[in-house]
This record gives sequence, structure tokens and C-alpha cells, in this order.
Amino acid sequence: MPGLQYLKNVASLSANPELCVGCGLCVEVCPQGVLELRDKRVVVARRDACMECGACMTNCPAQALWVEAGVGCAQAVINSALGRKGNGCCCVAEPRAAQQGLQTNLEAAPPRKSSGCC
Amino acid sequence: MSPAPQPLPLLTQMPPQEPVSSCAAPEAYGDPQAQPFVLGEEATPAGPVPRVGGELSRADRRGSLRVRLGFGRHDYKVVPGLYALNHPGPNSPVLVSANYKLSFDHLRQAARDLDAWLLVLDTKGINVWCAAGKGTMGTAELAARVGSSGLERVVEHRRLIVPQLAAPGVAAHTVKKLCGFSVTFGPVRAGDLPAFLAAGLRADPAMRRVSFPLAARALLVPVELTQALRTYLWLLPLLLLLAGLGGLVGGSGFWAGLAGPGLRAVGAMLLALVAGAVASPVLLPWLPGRAFSLKGLWPGLAGAALLWALWPVSFDAELAAWCLAVPALSSFLAMNFTGASTYTSLSGVKKEMRRAVPLQIAATALGLGLWIYALLAG
Ligand code: SF4
Ligand code: SF4
Repeated sequence: MPGLQYLKNVASLSANPELCVGCGLCVEVCPQGVLELRDKRVVVARRDACMECGACMTNCPAQALWVEAGVGCAQAVINSALGRKGNGCCCVAEPRAAQQGLQTNLEAAPPRKSSGCC
Repeated sequence: MSPAPQPLPLLTQMPPQEPVSSCAAPEAYGDPQAQPFVLGEEATPAGPVPRVGGELSRADRRGSLRVRLGFGRHDYKVVPGLYALNHPGPNSPVLVSANYKLSFDHLRQAARDLDAWLLVLDTKGINVWCAAGKGTMGTAELAARVGSSGLERVVEHRRLIVPQLAAPGVAAHTVKKLCGFSVTFGPVRAGDLPAFLAAGLRADPAMRRVSFPLAARALLVPVELTQALRTYLWLLPLLLLLAGLGGLVGGSGFWAGLAGPGLRAVGAMLLALVAGAVASPVLLPWLPGRAFSLKGLWPGLAGAALLWALWPVSFDAELAAWCLAVPALSSFLAMNFTGASTYTSLSGVKKEMRRAVPLQIAATALGLGLWIYALLAG
């Protein structure tokens, strides 16, 4: 069966090998096999396969990874563009960096916008 | 080219107890024991825990079928908390789940031959992947649920097995800091859990990857269809009415308009629906292009060709209208399938939408204009 690949050169993923401590957790949690460890440092091996789920960033204890995490869902993008809520789609259209910003600094962070079913 | 690394959020800090989202009121859940799938109680040092088995009852299967068809998907919940699967002991594994009943049933069925604890998080009845993206299946809820369930008195070990697809929301190192339990990410598919446990909590690379096989895509088609019908069904009576009115104005009469261009419009719309919401998902890997809007174009063009072949006259403005609108609508519906797919990214979806949506709107508007012209020209 032909492989399924999404658009090229769009993923917002970036890795900073300088900060990496080589724990390998990002490699383990990535559902797309994007990351690899070479010489105990993280390497983005298949950037175009990244679906921007944010699992690697959330689980990196050294904060060596960054991605504008969100869910690739057209309906959610439409919902949030229209300011619509309560629709059947359960995705969050807004990048999750903003939401995770909330965890850092509750006052300064922008309100988290979610769309779809909640 | 990649963007420069940005300052990273301090995930090590204590997250708020509730995911900061005000759109859902705190959920009131009833008595876990009163749920029909609970078989009894398991006594533990932290008090009785509802016991479940791995066999799905007829009611469970009916419920699964119902939500798979797209009905009541947002009210299919399990009371959060700790459950005993079969007869677990203090050394049995703890498997973490979302409280979407489909996820819960899937897990207990996959692990039906095991004795295990099931820790069900309050994800507002949403599946693991979506809930992790929203943060309800997250670090804070997991740590809080470990505390409120008295898990540290129920088991002697300090390990939680969390589905890998929850990793966007669950920061393993923070969970450990908050509640003392370490997180091991289990396989992507619950069906691989027994093998994962038997191998000493080791997942081979295939268990760590999401795939999107035909069967999984086909399972999503009914939901896509009901969703699309629910959203666009109102268009059909509107088109019929317009066709009837067009008949009146054009001189052929209301009923002739309704039965002619009206019924043809309904047929064309249903054709677009099947092309975009059925053929596109099913044929996904074989359709040329990477963007879903492009993939959806091909079944739409095939639909237009079919329409042309069946058309009563050789070619007219009405047929031209549908040759524009059917591919455009199919492309739009296929684009909506990005949400259910397992490999699209937000940046990618935004990029393809920036290009495709204006074209989809232009083609549909042009088609509508031609159609109205054809109606009035009679
Ligand atoms: S964002 Fe998700 S898909 Fe992309 S590299 Fe990280 S874990 Fe993998
Ligand atoms: S999770 Fe972070 S520290 Fe660990 S290997 Fe990946 S990038 Fe390096």
C-alpha cells in the first residue's frame, strides 16, 4: 500500500541538541518516528512526518524540543475562525504552546481558545 | 527551514488542577457501581472498587455501534475513578484510560485475559487522543486521579501504564514529581497491551507508530457521513424549493421545476457527499496528492463525469453548474477528514486551507450562479 504522507516543509518542530540529555523519551512517545538519537543527542530524522502533536515537547525533561502543537483538523480551524462552539468536532485548533503557557504563567498567558465540542 | 527555537514553557511547574477551560461545567457523575457493565466489587485497602470484566455485553456492543454511526458520541461516558479488571492484586499493572466508554470498552476487551487495575480519568467523555490534545487527559488530571482513588494503598508498585497517544497531554516526569508514580507509555493500540506486558513493558517500534489502515478509515466513514448530513441536509429542501420557484418564474411550473432540476440537484449533492465523505477516506492512499483537498477533488471529478454520462441532454448550464460544484464540495468534505486522520498537522491543514478554501468557495459560488441562471432560463 502506498504510504500516507502529509504536506512537506510545514512542520514547526525544532530541536536543540545542546540541551538534550539523551533520555530518549521523545523518541519513544513520537507516534510518527520523527525523532532519533544519534550519539545520545536528539536528531530530527523525518521532519515531514511530524504531525505536531506535541508529545515530544511535553515529555522532554530538558526542554530541548519545541513545536507549535495543535490538532490538524480543518473543521476545528473553521470552527475557531467562525468563533463557533459546541460542534461535533473535538479538536483544539489553537496551537498548544499558548495553553501550555498557561501552566507557566497564569496571569500573562492569553486565554486558551478551544473549538469544537468543548 | 525551521523556526528558531522558542522559549520553552516551564513544564516542570505545577500545572493548575483543572485544565483551564471554562466551557464545560464540572461534570457530575453518578454512582460507579450503578453502571450496567459493573459486575461487582473488589475489596482493597482503599475501600471497595467496582469490578468489570473483559467481555462486552450486548448493550455495550449496541452502544459502540451507535457511536460508530455518529449518534450520541458526546454523551458516552464512564464514571471516572479506579476499576478492577477481573481480580487484580497489589502487584497488578495499572492501566490508564479515558472515560469515553468506547475507549474504556476497547481497553477492557483488549486486556480481558489480564488481572489489572483500570484508572479512568475524567476526559469529559472524549477519546484519549483528542483529550490529550485538549489537556483533559493530562498531567494534572492523572496526578489528581491517582490521589483521589487512593491508588498508593491499592498497589505496592509505583507504575502507571498510560496509552502512548496520551503523551501530548501527559508529561511523565511531572507526573512522577506530583504523585510519585512513574509513567510508562504503553503501545498505541490497546490490542498490543498483552504483548507489551508479557515483554516486560517493552514496545517494539511498530507498536509505537500510528497507522491508518483501510479498516480504521472505513470505521470512520459512518461518522463522517452522519456529520456531513447533519450539517448540510438543510440544503436539500432549500435546493428543491429554489428549483420549484425557478420553475414558476421560468414558466414550466413549480412541480416541474421541483421534479426536474430539483431532484437532479439532490442527486448531485448526494453524489458529492459520497465522493467526499465515503470515497475519499476509503481511497485515501491511492488518491494523488498530499493535501486532502486535492485528494477529494478526484472522486468529485469522477462524480461529475458520472453525472455528465447520465445527463438527459448533451450539455447545458445546469450540468456545468454541477460539474463545478460537485468536485468543489467533494474537495471540501475530504478536507474535513483531516480531523479524523492520524497524520495531519495543524500547520499543514492551515496551509492547504489557505489555498483550497478560496477555490472551493469560488467554484461553488460560480456553480450556484450558473444553476440559478439555468433555472431562470428554463
Ligand atoms: S510533535 Fe508529535 S509527531 Fe512531531 S516529533 Fe513531536 S511527537 Fe513526533
Ligand atoms: S526527551 Fe529531550 S532530553 Fe530526552 S532525548 Fe528527547 S530531546 Fe533529548
